[in-house]
Amino acid sequence: MTFDLLLLALADGFSYAGLLFLVALGLTLIFGVMGIVNVAHGSFYAFGGYTAATIALWLVERQAPTFVLLGGLLVAAVVVGVILGTAVEAGLLRRVQDKDPILQLLVTFAAFMIFEDLQRLIWGAQPQTAAEIVDRLGNVELFDVTYTVYQVILIPAVAAIAYLLLRGFLRRTRIGKQIVAVTHSREVATALGINARRIGWLTFLIGAVLGALGGALAAPITSLVPGVGTDMIVLSFSVVATAGLGQITGALITALMIGVARSIAVYTMPELEVVVPYLIMVVVLLIRPSGLFTVAQARRI
Amino acid sequence: MSPSMIRILVTLGALAMVGLGLALPWLKTPAIFVLSYGLAALGVVVMLRGGQISFGHAMYACIAGYTVAFIQRAHPETDGVVLVIAGVAAATVAGGLIGVFVVRYRAIFFGMLNLALSMVLFSLLAKLYEFSGGTDGLRISRPPLAGVTLERDGFESVLLVASVAIAMFLGWLVQRYFRSAAGEALAGVKTNEARLEYLGLSAQRVLWFGYVISAALVGMSGALFALVQGLVTPEMGYWLRSGEFVFIAILGGSVHAFGAFLGAVLFELIKLTAAAYLTGVWQMLLGITLIAVILVAPTGIAGLLRMGTRPTEAHR
Amino acid sequence: MTALVRTEKLSLSFGGVVAADAIDFELHAGERLAVIGANGAGKTTFINIVTGFLKPTSGRIYVEGKDVTALDPRRIVRLGVGRSFQLPQLFLEHTVRQCLEIALIGKGGGLGFFKSLSQQVDRKEIDHTLDLVGLRERAEEPCASLPEGQRKLLDVAMALALRPKLLIMDEPTSGVASEDKLDLMNAVMRALEEQKVTSWFVEHDVDIVTRYATRVAAWISGRIAADGTPQSVLADEAVRREVLGIA
Repeated sequence: MTFDLLLLALADGFSYAGLLFLVALGLTLIFGVMGIVNVAHGSFYAFGGYTAATIALWLVERQAPTFVLLGGLLVAAVVVGVILGTAVEAGLLRRVQDKDPILQLLVTFAAFMIFEDLQRLIWGAQPQTAAEIVDRLGNVELFDVTYTVYQVILIPAVAAIAYLLLRGFLRRTRIGKQIVAVTHSREVATALGINARRIGWLTFLIGAVLGALGGALAAPITSLVPGVGTDMIVLSFSVVATAGLGQITGALITALMIGVARSIAVYTMPELEVVVPYLIMVVVLLIRPSGLFTVAQARRI
Repeated sequence: MSPSMIRILVTLGALAMVGLGLALPWLKTPAIFVLSYGLAALGVVVMLRGGQISFGHAMYACIAGYTVAFIQRAHPETDGVVLVIAGVAAATVAGGLIGVFVVRYRAIFFGMLNLALSMVLFSLLAKLYEFSGGTDGLRISRPPLAGVTLERDGFESVLLVASVAIAMFLGWLVQRYFRSAAGEALAGVKTNEARLEYLGLSAQRVLWFGYVISAALVGMSGALFALVQGLVTPEMGYWLRSGEFVFIAILGGSVHAFGAFLGAVLFELIKLTAAAYLTGVWQMLLGITLIAVILVAPTGIAGLLRMGTRPTEAHR
Repeated sequence: MTALVRTEKLSLSFGGVVAADAIDFELHAGERLAVIGANGAGKTTFINIVTGFLKPTSGRIYVEGKDVTALDPRRIVRLGVGRSFQLPQLFLEHTVRQCLEIALIGKGGGLGFFKSLSQQVDRKEIDHTLDLVGLRERAEEPCASLPEGQRKLLDVAMALALRPKLLIMDEPTSGVASEDKLDLMNAVMRALEEQKVTSWFVEHDVDIVTRYATRVAAWISGRIAADGTPQSVLADEAVRREVLGIA
């Protein structure tokens, strides 16, 4: 592998890691508060992407300026996150919160299957994309290699901002602190007068918007086809599991690791591309069963 | 429902299946698919007894199916009985090896690790064209059964009768297992693993046995599926297939081994309806049914029919 | 005589909290030890370490002279150290009898796959254990339907079914109505007496401690502050101040 190729792979991996991190962040946040791995999170990503592509296409036809296009991506993420998030949380999860954890997991799996078909009914099987935005933002040159601004600057920047904002929000604001309290112990938080149900709903929405944002940002650089949701839920779960469930900073590091490893594989062993993230997860879990960044904690008996 | 009542119902069901299949030849293949799916769901049910859910069990059907195809490619004259046995053996061995690793994990980790491994297998089979035929898969021609070469119709009749017998036998065997020391301990893994350890038992070992049994059952399903379909493709190991197995298991309920087959019959009916009237929304239909079952009858059909023997099983 | 359980400088800290601070401890066959101490003093943690559920940061544990520091709970259980729990740990989808059947798997032929468990284990033995704790009448009921006091008894019975040499009970009377506490302890102690089991129980109620224990150990902040006869420990000044809350 030449140096140029390595640079390309790193840049690709970096932007891919940014997307992966956004989605994984939403997933891990929801797990922390609700104790559920939300399989429908893959649909939030897919719907975010498709909606963003549709909005961007509509805006491009009307000669909208670039910043409006970017705003369109953000709007798509928020709208999709809030609508689908509410549907899953208030419409389904609340009804099964006292049931067997397996059944709770299966409900999100069922929601995922429904969304998959819904997505196909709305957008069909034709690939969709919003590539125009990438062209508009232009290119940069680093070490004689040309990259798109969108990939090497915009996506990593959005991911970094999301990470810093979320951290600040959890540490500094009242609601953020309540979310952290519920993550540590739902019972104790409830005893302290925190409305755990409202916090759960709020966290779910934030998580869902993050998932949709990942999709919306992916829309300009990937072609969306049926099945993208599946790939993303498995991949983002492997990030979350490798980091350790509920670990935010861990998810950032792991997303980088998996994103870069995957794009190096794309350039060197394309046939193994799909397998790389799984292999990383399997190897990490073999060595550290509860993830890289989890502090060991025994169940109380 | 008393055990003798269940026995009568199972016998009647088996006779009805064979009778209908022989009387209406177009029903033969769907009937064998039902039994194959039922066996796979039975494998998932074994894991559910242990409180674990796998989103990747279809990989064992895939392993068994491809084993059948590979052996036939290398030795075209191999008997169908030998092919099925070899397929099940391959799935069982794979389950034993993978099991050592996955039984260390619980809940979502268990589910997603299985999913990840099945997706690795799926991708490899789809990519390695030379070896596996890629996404086109591999053809399987009709093998002789127990030394007798049969025409298509006869072959399917024999396969149907054999599948019914296998399903009955394995269903009975699994039900024995649920009531045995290993099976009751498996149910203990679900409710209280810490206590199991404090009784001097290894929860991991108990779960490993369950995992191997479940891999063997799904393997049997895959081998029969390969023979009746005459083709194996990577789709056999795709996550959606695993999802269908889980769906059937939940629909049928885990309180009794034969629930899985009731679930499979209903699944096939939904599928036929969907194919006739609702093309393109197959997954949606599955999703909606799954949610409805979880909300209305979380113990599945077997639970509704009170097939469980424990007082807690009827109204869990 | 070799001690039944002995620990040597046993320590455990999580983060900054020292839950066990270089504890040297011995328990001999035939003793009835009551452990007292405020919540968070490390009583349960010590039990968790001794039974292998938590691994110590340093120090060693011996059961009848054998080093068990690195062993899992199930290996230690097999050496004859049984344990019951503050929150009863039952198989909530099984009946009372089935809970005891599962308890006896290890003793009754191991993990069979074909023979029904209720035929594999000795029914009489289970009936006997049920009689000891007075649960015979409720044998066929789901254990989820038992009231807390009977759940506690079943929890003890499951440990007892293994015929341990030592039974460690973590707050056997907590969560039980005060008028039922003595009945429960009477039932448990009768069972222990009959099977000649050494016992070690955590208890907050001084009446129960004086009534049943031959030895008392008081825990304060991860250490044993006093250890000896009930009279001497309960009269100890630090114990009176910090554990019993008497000035």
